[in-house]
Amino acid sequence: MVEDIDRYLREDKLPHIWCPGCGHGTVMASILRGFARSGIDQDKTVVISGIGCSGRASGYLDFDTLHVTHGRAITFATGVKMANPDLTVIVITGDGDGAAIGGNHLIHACRRNIDLKVILFNNNIYGMTAGQFSPMTPTGATATTAPYGNIDQNFNLCELAKSAGATFVARGAAQQPRQLIRIFKKGFAHQGLTFVEAITQCPVNYGRRNNLGGARDMLNWQKEHIINHRKYQDLPPEEKEDKLPAGILYQVEKEEYTEKYQQIITAAQESDDQ
Amino acid sequence: MRKEIRLSGAGGQGMILAGIILAEASLFDPELYVVQTQSYGPESRGGASRAEVIFSNEPIDYPKVVKADILVCLTEESLEKYGEEVTDEGVVIADDSFGGGYYHPERANFYSLPIITTAREEIGLEVTANMVALGVVDSFLPEIDSSCLERAIERRVPQGTEEKNLAAFQAGQELLANVIE
Amino acid sequence: MTNKILSEQDKTSDRVMLLQGDEAVVEGGLVAGASFFAGYPITPASEIAEGFAQKLPAQGGKFIQMEDEIASMGCVIGASLAGEKAITATSGPGFSLKQENLGLGIMVEAPCVVVNVQRVGPSTGLPTSPSQGDVMQARWGTHGDHPIIALSPSTVKETIELTIKSFNMAEKYRIPVILLLDEIVGHMREKVRVPAPAEVELITRKRPAAEDRDNFYPYLETADHIPPMPDYGEGFRYHSTGLFHDKTGFPRGKTEDAKKLMDRLMAKIEENLQDIIIIEDELQGDEEIIVLSYGSTARSAISAVRQARELGIKAGWVKLKTVWPFAESYVAEISNKVEKIIVPELNRGQLIGEVKKAAAGNAEVSGINKYDGTIIPPDEILTRIKEVSK
Repeated sequence: MVEDIDRYLREDKLPHIWCPGCGHGTVMASILRGFARSGIDQDKTVVISGIGCSGRASGYLDFDTLHVTHGRAITFATGVKMANPDLTVIVITGDGDGAAIGGNHLIHACRRNIDLKVILFNNNIYGMTAGQFSPMTPTGATATTAPYGNIDQNFNLCELAKSAGATFVARGAAQQPRQLIRIFKKGFAHQGLTFVEAITQCPVNYGRRNNLGGARDMLNWQKEHIINHRKYQDLPPEEKEDKLPAGILYQVEKEEYTEKYQQIITAAQESDDQ
Repeated sequence: MRKEIRLSGAGGQGMILAGIILAEASLFDPELYVVQTQSYGPESRGGASRAEVIFSNEPIDYPKVVKADILVCLTEESLEKYGEEVTDEGVVIADDSFGGGYYHPERANFYSLPIITTAREEIGLEVTANMVALGVVDSFLPEIDSSCLERAIERRVPQGTEEKNLAAFQAGQELLANVIE
Repeated sequence: MTNKILSEQDKTSDRVMLLQGDEAVVEGGLVAGASFFAGYPITPASEIAEGFAQKLPAQGGKFIQMEDEIASMGCVIGASLAGEKAITATSGPGFSLKQENLGLGIMVEAPCVVVNVQRVGPSTGLPTSPSQGDVMQARWGTHGDHPIIALSPSTVKETIELTIKSFNMAEKYRIPVILLLDEIVGHMREKVRVPAPAEVELITRKRPAAEDRDNFYPYLETADHIPPMPDYGEGFRYHSTGLFHDKTGFPRGKTEDAKKLMDRLMAKIEENLQDIIIIEDELQGDEEIIVLSYGSTARSAISAVRQARELGIKAGWVKLKTVWPFAESYVAEISNKVEKIIVPELNRGQLIGEVKKAAAGNAEVSGINKYDGTIIPPDEILTRIKEVSK
């Protein structure tokens, strides 16, 4: 099935600014293909992004779009969704934007289970600003601000989102766009906080500095290390260590935040009428 | 007419609620202006607490008490702190738990009264001492009709406690009547 | 006086209430059509959040308590873009956190109201004591040049009026409006009458017509510099960004776009000073001394000036209800007519700098300053009036 995704693109804003070999374009296209299959109304969809390479996505997408301050996209999205629950609200963020400066907002949005589609482009680095380490830069890797090696630990973002209360948690990689498209299609249909970690490669500001080769080598790494969650489950513990499960890792049905607030409104109006 | 009232005590004694009720009583008189302010420490209980209420028949500019026409003190600390900031004819009402008449014995309008004791023994609830105090204040406030104060009490105290609080208010009114006799 | 006493029925229907300044923000906001509040608890502003939490749902409005002040500000702007009349409230420490997204709100021209019930700072300072220490922060708190409107009430009644004005100006000029209370006004109770919405002028943002969808420029340069604003979800599919942008809403990375946008943002305000600057004064024309103040301090100023008049001193008072934009030409004009201007403030001297600039040496400007959490009583101002009148 080939979707017409051009209708969701602002073609006059292309080509995008992402570097050759970057995985962001693949992830963005996968979002659009998933969106096309979801049947959601383009005019009733808002895309909000923050700062960094991922933040530029909102400009290329033909929806109501908002490009905000660093790390804060989820807060604006919360306002939009609360104001008008009929809108589908998509947040596009990165590993610096969403896991560092915006980490607290991510946790609390999950806790509320508000129906935002939070898509985190994880390229393990602050790419746009030329390679400072992020919370997702692997321990031991080097970055411009970790010239002697990164001593920080990483988050497991999917586990974080799940334990904070997200009701749809998935992981995919640029190397597996078909899986990503399926994830997005299902994520868009989910009611509640939807968190998708999309692992993407930054050959220019992460790969090169860490001798990981070019884009092809980084994609091969993804293929070997980001594996279907069912296969992952069956692996012996020692083989799990350097791998991450992919796919829809967790999904539960739970009452969504704006629906709960609507009940408050209904109750308040009923008691007001009496 | 500008009438300044200061209600002072410890946090948790309900001085601020008493101030709010006093101010709220003005709602029923279309010609009365009122400002109520307060000051308190960070703690919900204990610490010093005071409420100020100013009544006037014209718009009120400065919202704070300069010299009180009526001062209520439920603690010794508050009497020491505010005892001097009273007009010459001002009325000072203090709880009798702290040694009564040592303060300005020459002041004609000084009343040391068993406010807290009355709340505890007659009403059976020490927390109603603020309403007993309001009952005492009422006698010195010809500008406010007692019925308005009673209505304000009904509007502002927690639901279900109206009766006790009104009883405390009336006990305060009687407390003073007994002394004056 | 018993015959004058109102019945409960009359009183209620008359909308007369005993309200704190903080509660008056809620009542005024509801009259103005506030439909969305996002905030974070902080002394001495929490009563505003509590009031909206209580009252918005019954009117179909929304309340949300966010994880911090940064989030609250973002949330309010998001709600505004989705079509709500949105408001948040805080005090000093929280106001500092709001500055980041306040700048974004100015850049994307999202109407909203930001209340700051000022307490003594910096840092945690004196949480329950009054201050006017955030006056310059209200003007320059977010980085970069930018327009701002800040209103400051001195009474509970003015708090209602200026809350309504704040919403009106926010909607009219597509800008965040700051409502600067101080702890005195925020926590004091006064008897006020809350107007019905039908009794006051209410302004709602200009919206584009549905047929404009195909050729829509969200940041078009219009004659009044204020582009019409659609709600999200209406099919306009437009882009907003904190980057400098052209009429399309997109950044082109061109320096001329930056200048053009900044000039338009400033022009929205600078060409409407008559409408935005609200001043109240009591001048008889013979003044030698003027006490110029704002917020709760104005009440002491008025009291002092009236006492001075009784003593035969030619004094007058001016109360700035609009703090920003500063009433520069008004002050320039009075500085030519009077000899002395006294500026009492609950800070180390903030707005006095603007007064001196506008007075340009034509009148002698002096300040009375308190920054320890106490307020300036009328007799201190009266003493100064007497001193400078010699």
